[in-house]
Amino acid sequence: MSQPNLSAEGKSAPSRFRRGLSGFQGFREGTTIVIIVVLGFAMSLLSPYFLTGDNFRNLFMLFAINGFVAIGMTLVLISGGIDLSVGSVVAFVGVVTGSLFFNAKMNIWLASAIGVAVGTGCGFITGFFVTRVGLSAFITTLGMMQVARGATFVISAAMPIPLQSMPPAYKFMGRGIIPGIGVPFVIVLFIVSAVVFDFLSRRSTGIRKIYYVGSNEKAARFSGVNVNRVRMGVYVLSAALASVAGVLTIARFNSATPYYGDTIAFETISAAVIGGASLNGGEGTILGAMLGMALLALIQTSLNLLDVSPYWQSLVTGLILLTAVSIDFLSHRHKA
Amino acid sequence: MENPILEVRKVSKRFGATQALSGIDLSFYPGSVHAIIGENGAGKSTLMNIIGGVHQADSGEVLLEGREVKIHDPHDALRMGIGFVHQEIALCQQITVAENIHMPMLDDAGRPLVAFKEINRVTRELLADFDSHAHINPRQKVSELSVSQQQVVEIVKALTGNCKVLILDEPTAALTQTETEVLFRIIQTLKAKGLAILYISHRLAEIYQIADTISVLRDGQLIGTRPASQLDQLSLVHMMVGRELKDIYPDKAHDRTGEVLLEVKGLAMEGVFSGVDFDLRRGEILGFAGLVGSGRTEVARAICGLYRKSAGEVRLGGRRLEIRSYKDAIRQGLVYLTENRASEGLFLEMNVANNISVIDLDAVARYRLIQRKAEASLARRFVEEMQIKVASVAQKLRSLSGGNQQKVLVSKLLTISPKVVIMDEPTRGIDIGAKTQIYHLLRRLSAEGVGVIMISSELPEVVGVCDRVLVMYEGRQCGILEGGQIDEKSIIQLACLSPN
Repeated sequence: MSQPNLSAEGKSAPSRFRRGLSGFQGFREGTTIVIIVVLGFAMSLLSPYFLTGDNFRNLFMLFAINGFVAIGMTLVLISGGIDLSVGSVVAFVGVVTGSLFFNAKMNIWLASAIGVAVGTGCGFITGFFVTRVGLSAFITTLGMMQVARGATFVISAAMPIPLQSMPPAYKFMGRGIIPGIGVPFVIVLFIVSAVVFDFLSRRSTGIRKIYYVGSNEKAARFSGVNVNRVRMGVYVLSAALASVAGVLTIARFNSATPYYGDTIAFETISAAVIGGASLNGGEGTILGAMLGMALLALIQTSLNLLDVSPYWQSLVTGLILLTAVSIDFLSHRHKA
Repeated sequence: MENPILEVRKVSKRFGATQALSGIDLSFYPGSVHAIIGENGAGKSTLMNIIGGVHQADSGEVLLEGREVKIHDPHDALRMGIGFVHQEIALCQQITVAENIHMPMLDDAGRPLVAFKEINRVTRELLADFDSHAHINPRQKVSELSVSQQQVVEIVKALTGNCKVLILDEPTAALTQTETEVLFRIIQTLKAKGLAILYISHRLAEIYQIADTISVLRDGQLIGTRPASQLDQLSLVHMMVGRELKDIYPDKAHDRTGEVLLEVKGLAMEGVFSGVDFDLRRGEILGFAGLVGSGRTEVARAICGLYRKSAGEVRLGGRRLEIRSYKDAIRQGLVYLTENRASEGLFLEMNVANNISVIDLDAVARYRLIQRKAEASLARRFVEEMQIKVASVAQKLRSLSGGNQQKVLVSKLLTISPKVVIMDEPTRGIDIGAKTQIYHLLRRLSAEGVGVIMISSELPEVVGVCDRVLVMYEGRQCGILEGGQIDEKSIIQLACLSPN
């Protein structure tokens, strides 16, 4: 997202206008909201089922779990990096947890804790290669994507692990509906997390440093910011959030599926970029990424409701990503 | 005198509200080096960009060999025989010298395949003129060449289209002294061949060495054109800045016997510099002079922990400084202003307040949460103190002028109330007004008891501002000048002519 050049013309403009421009970050989020509202309105006319509680619940469920991954992905993009391994980590953590529970008869909560720890470990490994070895994030996470997926297949022998015998409290995490308000637990958990992370991303000194590093890594170093620690931090956090999503996924589906999650990296990167994150780093908000997730989920639901073939859905979401990235690119062209 | 090969008549150009050029009349003659000088923003680059086809003039005309021409783009210019060597090297690093040199002409050759034999042969011939100086093989990849060799390639590339006029924009900016001399020999060769050479630089000494004619621009206007032999340096500076030097520089320190703030002993960085020893006293401004590449910047960065020193010690306020990273130096009150403002200093997409608070976020945070009001009021304090021209502290850095960006950078360092500041080229690329403010700020800091070191390539400002000057030459400290000893000649003697 760009800041229009405020050179000569800007200086004579009224200050409210200028403040509006410097709050341009909010503009992209605003655009996303407008698109969501317009699309929602159109859908309510096209499908009587659209405006029902069931539909909205499904809509939210669709992106709540991957929303955790999107939070991490946004922070990675803000730092100027990318994490292609998230989908594999989600599946990996699910299979590790599931296998410990189903094959090793371990307590499911302990198994989950180990799963999350192992998944987070993937972030440490990525961080090590990016900060210490100095590889690009793209290549490192591309490698990690295959490694984690491979480990997933090895552990599961490429077969889904059935987990129907999990205790009800655990299943509740993934699919339970909170009595009284009728909202699924996972949605509440997700919304609370998103709000907290959005607040922190605007206010905490730690996340501010991610913006500094993404905006200009050298300048951050020349301002005393420990760049390597920040970059290590975002990959660990991204993997940790993907691990949480992995645990919630098996809780929701009652099984650990080794093939699961191959589109998550695509979805979450798209969502963050639609919401204003820049692949050049330094820009993006959690709120924007969440709106991006909501838009993608809305489009998917709409296409479902309109009986559009799933093959078309990939094509449409791909085009939307290209559009969003084009906007991002065009608005940054003056950087060159 | 012969007829001019290139003339500009009444050329004007506006960018938004800025009148970049107004009614410039100039003539350039074959076999002559014509220097265009002026402060940053004087319009030198705009004028060259119009001649080189990068920009179009709003009004006025360009005449080549007496006929009016319209130059629509750089390719046009090259076809007409106007070669332009830009300040930054813009070669494709991964392909060969010959391919780079022929790149502008590939389409004109009218063949689908590149005739490698042919272009290698032509390139070898073109390079033959310079080969005694440069030793370049047409088949070499550009990435294997040194900066000065790459510049030779740039020049040869500019010469391919039957070149009559060659524009050199700050060609020595990245060169060492030896490399500069090679370049000057090349320029002499080209001059002898009858080319008109337009030479842009702000290094006065260099201009006297190479130019036959000097034109001075200021605020988009032509102040005057004189033969170099008839223009002394003082008048030249006066033409450039339009005011007397004594108004630009603050008074010098009266007393240079204050306590020692910073002490550096036997500092070395293997293979880069060694044997650096000096004291910095309260109340004085210490200058670091020397050519680009002499190790000044590396010394500063090694002192601050940005680079790792291999030997020596640094004492700050009498205590031995033990630091592992720059962050530790900041904690001790030792800060460094980078010479590369855009690439190492600024967060261009972030706002003024964010840029100022960065080195001490905890100062504006509570429980690790940034208090926006505190952050904004810190920024406003510096905006006022440093007279930074901004609409609000929420303005993005990208939209500020170079001078104001620089003031933001300096403010950032001052937020921690440092004990010692090291400023590397603090006035690079900013206008004379902002420069003057920076000089006075340095003096004020120094008077308030902050140790100030200024690294600069601009000799007039070193002479005008510093109370003592440490001169470096190829990684060695070759002398410290004090008080009355400080003049451009003595510095140059130490910086360029030190016995090896």
